[in-house]
Amino acid sequence: MPIKVLVAKPGLDGHDRGAKIVARALRDAGMEVVYTGLHQTPEMIVTAAVQEDVDVIGISILSGAHMTVFPKVLKLLGERGVDDIVVIGGGVIQEADGPKLKALGVRELFDSDATTQDLIDGIERVVAEFGRAQKRTDAARSTA
Amino acid sequence: MAAAAPRTIALVVQRDLARAITAIENGYASASAAGDTLPPRRESAPAYVVGVTGPPGAGKSTLVDRLIESFRSNGDSVAVIAVDPSSPFTHGAVLGDRVRMQRHSGDHGVFIRSMASRESGGGIAPTTHHAIALASRAGFDVVIVETVGVGQVELEVVGVADVVIVVTVPALGDSVQTIKAGLTEIADLFVVNMADRPGANKTSVDLKHMVRESGKSIPVLQTIARDGTGVGEVMAALTESRGHHHTNAARSVRFDVVREVRDRAVRRALDVLDGSRGRSILERLANREMTRAVAREELLDLALEEVIHAD
Ligand SMILES: Nc1nc2c(ncn2[C@@H]2O[C@H](COP(=O)(O)OP(=O)(O)O)[C@@H](O)[C@H]2O)c(=O)[nH]1
Ligand SMILES: [Mg+2]
Repeated sequence: MPIKVLVAKPGLDGHDRGAKIVARALRDAGMEVVYTGLHQTPEMIVTAAVQEDVDVIGISILSGAHMTVFPKVLKLLGERGVDDIVVIGGGVIQEADGPKLKALGVRELFDSDATTQDLIDGIERVVAEFGRAQKRTDAARSTA
Repeated sequence: MAAAAPRTIALVVQRDLARAITAIENGYASASAAGDTLPPRRESAPAYVVGVTGPPGAGKSTLVDRLIESFRSNGDSVAVIAVDPSSPFTHGAVLGDRVRMQRHSGDHGVFIRSMASRESGGGIAPTTHHAIALASRAGFDVVIVETVGVGQVELEVVGVADVVIVVTVPALGDSVQTIKAGLTEIADLFVVNMADRPGANKTSVDLKHMVRESGKSIPVLQTIARDGTGVGEVMAALTESRGHHHTNAARSVRFDVVREVRDRAVRRALDVLDGSRGRSILERLANREMTRAVAREELLDLALEEVIHAD
């Protein structure tokens, strides 16, 4: 099954050219990419992720707001009873924040030098390792 | 109409609906089992299903956003199923319809789900009608289905909707001509969107002429979805049609059956072509032991025999 990814762009970062390029590259790699536009709040990101039932949420932040956005998104996912969606991040991330974000449950971080191929490989890897697709097929089989 | 308190759907039900749709899409569960996690629908009537189709960029998602707003102000809860095409080469897709509907994000009476068309060549994902049934089961009063209509593909939406809005724009006046036969077959309502652009009146006149020639009485309305102009008239037409949507249901069931028959026939034909008899014909063709034309005839006989004499 195609991997379904939400590409989210929170905050006030001015343009979405980068996000659109990423969305197209992921599509060309065979993924189904939900794009939600600019200025997404954590609440909007989580609502979209739940309704779309994506495998992965990819959040790109250039403005350095990682330490506010990611904890909020992870907390809201928990509150909505959704703990099987993988969260990854990209953008300009302070070196010291990387380990903190990973400890919170962000599965992968890409810095701004990452190529789209790095992203594709990274998403495929985290889905294979942490994704719920396998869990769900197994669950369906055991109840069938 | 008295202002009713807008109805909402519990978030946990919305989550389970989302998961049930995925289960159907990915084949984890059968259509009948997927909804087992949802509570039974409380309302006696199923959801009112509105199809919105038309060419890419016509403003369908923007119009859907306006319709959500209007249905909400009448109190109806609304689910949107937005279908976008999958790439036939990579099977990937960019699903961008919800960008236009983001202002409803905090409203618990609105559920928006994008679906890629996957292997169906068409505007309707094979599982779309199951997704609609699930949204209805989850308790939504209205389900809006947005599909990209190109050529014949938009006919498919009829199989799942109680009422079909065909959206077009002034600049596409020419294409109205080329797809006209199909359009009057499926449209319950024509909307010429982007009426702020030149040529809207001419396109409306052309469409009205086409409708008259077809002997039907399909309203032709103009909107500017971007600012909401004309949306009130569209809602009035929808409200009117909702009163007698059982007639639309009959048409919709008919299309749905035709579609199911065709899908099953195609599946059976493929089984035969991929089976030993089909493969041996193809092998002889590859070895130049028969001509293309003969191979075609033999394969066609084989497939049709299987389809027609199926149990
Ligand atoms: N000028 C004008 N632009 C519109 C109108 N409705 C939508 N648009 C714009 O047309 C573009 C495509 O709209 P969208 O709803 O995504 O079209 P869809 O592909 O048919 O779903 C967007 O930039 C909209 O803002 C309208 O009535 N007038
Ligand atoms: Mg759209």
